[in-house]
Amino acid sequence: MTKDEAQRSIRTFYEAIIHWKEVIMRQHLSLILYLALCLLILTIVKQEWLNPYIQIVIMFIGINIMLSSSLNLINGYMGEFSCGHAGFMAVGAYVASLLNMGLFTSNSVFGKSLFLGPQYAICLFPITLLAGGCCAALVGLLVAVPSFRTRGDYLAIITLAVNYIVKSSVENIQAIGGARGFMGMRQVISGMTDRVNIPWLMIWILAFTGSTIVVLKRFVGSTYGKGIVAIRDDEIAAEIMSVNTRRVKLIAFMLSSGIAGVAGGLFAHVLGYINPGTFTIMKSTEIMVMVYLGGMGSLSGSVLSAILFTVLMEFMRPLQLFKWVLIPLLLIVLMLFRPEGIMGHRELTDVFPGLRRLFSSKGV
Amino acid sequence: MPLFEIKEINHYFGGLQAVRNFSLKVEAGEMIGLIGPNGAGKTTIFNLASGFYKPTQGDIFFQGDSILRLQPHQVTALGIARTFQNIRMWNSMTVLENLCISQHYRMGYGFLDVLFATRNYREKAKSVIRSAMELLELLELSAAANEYPKNLPYGLQRRVEIGRALTINPKLLLLDEPAAGMNPSDIDRLIELIRWIRERFKLTIWLIEHQMKVVMSLCDRLCVLDFGQIIAEGSPSEIRNNPRVIKAYLGDEELGHAEN
Repeated sequence: MTKDEAQRSIRTFYEAIIHWKEVIMRQHLSLILYLALCLLILTIVKQEWLNPYIQIVIMFIGINIMLSSSLNLINGYMGEFSCGHAGFMAVGAYVASLLNMGLFTSNSVFGKSLFLGPQYAICLFPITLLAGGCCAALVGLLVAVPSFRTRGDYLAIITLAVNYIVKSSVENIQAIGGARGFMGMRQVISGMTDRVNIPWLMIWILAFTGSTIVVLKRFVGSTYGKGIVAIRDDEIAAEIMSVNTRRVKLIAFMLSSGIAGVAGGLFAHVLGYINPGTFTIMKSTEIMVMVYLGGMGSLSGSVLSAILFTVLMEFMRPLQLFKWVLIPLLLIVLMLFRPEGIMGHRELTDVFPGLRRLFSSKGV
Repeated sequence: MPLFEIKEINHYFGGLQAVRNFSLKVEAGEMIGLIGPNGAGKTTIFNLASGFYKPTQGDIFFQGDSILRLQPHQVTALGIARTFQNIRMWNSMTVLENLCISQHYRMGYGFLDVLFATRNYREKAKSVIRSAMELLELLELSAAANEYPKNLPYGLQRRVEIGRALTINPKLLLLDEPAAGMNPSDIDRLIELIRWIRERFKLTIWLIEHQMKVVMSLCDRLCVLDFGQIIAEGSPSEIRNNPRVIKAYLGDEELGHAEN
C-alpha cells in the first residue's frame, strides 16, 4: 500500500466518523445535552456542593416545567381555558403519597395491610408516581367528558369546579388528614437513600421532567396530536374532516391531567407535607401564569417560563406577601405589551433557525 | 341502488322548520347542483348530509346504509367529503399539515404508537405525508405546501380546501358554494378544476352554487330549494325556464318576464 492510498483510506475513515457523528448528534443532541445536564446536577448534588435550598429550587423548576407544559397542551395547543390544574396535581400528590406511605413505611392510614418494606421503594417509587398520574387522568375525565359538549368560558367554569371538588373531597376525608394535611413522605425518600445513597428524588424529578417533554413533543409533533390544534383552529372543520374530536379531546385532557398528577406526586415528596390548601385556585393560577408567560402553544416557551418564574419567585421571597402584588402586576404588563408571551406560538428553533441544524426534528 | 339517498327529511331549529320533506337520490358518477335563494336551507342540507346535524325526521343512506347513527368523522370515513362556504382551513398550520390532518381517520396508528415512536408510527406517518404531497402535486400546489393557507390568494385557498377534501378518498364530494367571492377568471379555473377532479378521481359531486355559470356548465341535474322545500328538479335547461324558479329568485312573474 502506497503512502497516497493510506492517506486516502484514513481520510475516508475520518469522513465516515464525522458523518456518523453528525447523524447521531442531529438525532439525539438534545437528549445527550439533557443527560449531560442531569449528570452534572446529580454529581453536584451527590458531592454536596449545593446547599439544600438551591437543590429544592432545582426540583421545583423540574416540577413546574411538567406542570406548565402539560397545561399548555390544553390552554395553548387546544385553545381551551383550563383553570383547575392544581386539582389534578392534588389527586396525584395524595394517591402517590398514600401508596408510598402504605407500601414502604409502617405508619400509615392503611396500617400494616399494604406494608412491603422500605427496600422495595427503590424500584416501585416511579410506579406509585405513575399510579398517582393515572388516578389524576381518571379525574381528568370529569373535564374531558363535558368538553365534548361545551367549550370556552363554560368549560373553564367546569375546570374550576373540578378543582374545588377535589380540594373539598380531600378536606372532608378525615382518614387522610382532612384539612390538616398529610405528612411523612420524607421517610419514603430517606428509606431509599438508606439503601443506596444517591439523590433519588432529584433523579426521578429529572427523569419525569425529561420524559414529559419527550412525550408532549412527540404528541404535538405527530399528525395525531395536531388534531388538537385543528380543534383549536376550527372545531367544525376538524369534526367533519375526519378528526375523531372526542377521542382526541379525551386523550389530551387525560394526558395533561396525568402529567399534572405525576408532578403532584413529586411535589408532595419534595415538601414532605401536603394539605388541601396547597392545591387551590392560587396554585392553578400560578401554573397558568407560567403558560401565558412562556407563550401558548410553545413547548420551549413553557420550559423557559417555568425556569424563569420559579427563579423569580425565589428572588422575590424577601418581599413576602408583596410578591403576590408584583406577580399579578407582571401578568398585567405582560398582557398589555406582549400578550402572546415570551415565545408566542413559536418554538426556540423558529426563533433561532440556527438551532434547527443542530436539533433535527427527529431527535427528542 | 343509488350511491346516496336522502329520504323525506324534516329538520327544525327550535320552532323554525329549515328543511321540509326533502328527498334526493344521487347516482354514482352524477354531478348534481343544489340552488336556491339565500336562506333556503341549502347549507343545512349539507350539514345533514355530512352527519354534522341529525335530521328531526327522515333518514339518510350512503351506499345503502343509514348514516344517522354515525358521528361526522365516521361519515367522512365512509367516503363523504365536503368543503365549506366560508373556507375553513386550519390556519395556524401549513397547507401540508392541513392535508395530513384530514387523513386522521386512516392514519393507522394510535396514541401509544406516537408515544413510543414505534416503527408502525414512523412508516404510517411517512405515508400520510407522501399521499398529501402527491395530491398537492396533482393539484399543482406543491409550491404552497409550506405556506399558511390564510396567506394564499383566495382562489388557491379554495383549491387547497378541495385538495383537503380529496385526501380522504371520497366517493361523494359536497362542495358548498365553491365559487363564492371569486372573480370571473378564477371561476373559469374552478370549473375546469371540478371537471378535472371528477374525471381523475371518478367522483360523484353534489354542489351548492349561486353562480349560474358554474351550475349550468357543470351539472347534469339541478334541484332548486326554497324555504327548505324542493320547488323544481331537472336538467339545467329545464330549470332555466321554470316559472316557479324564476319567481323564487326574482320575486314575481312580472319581473321575471321583464328580465326575459
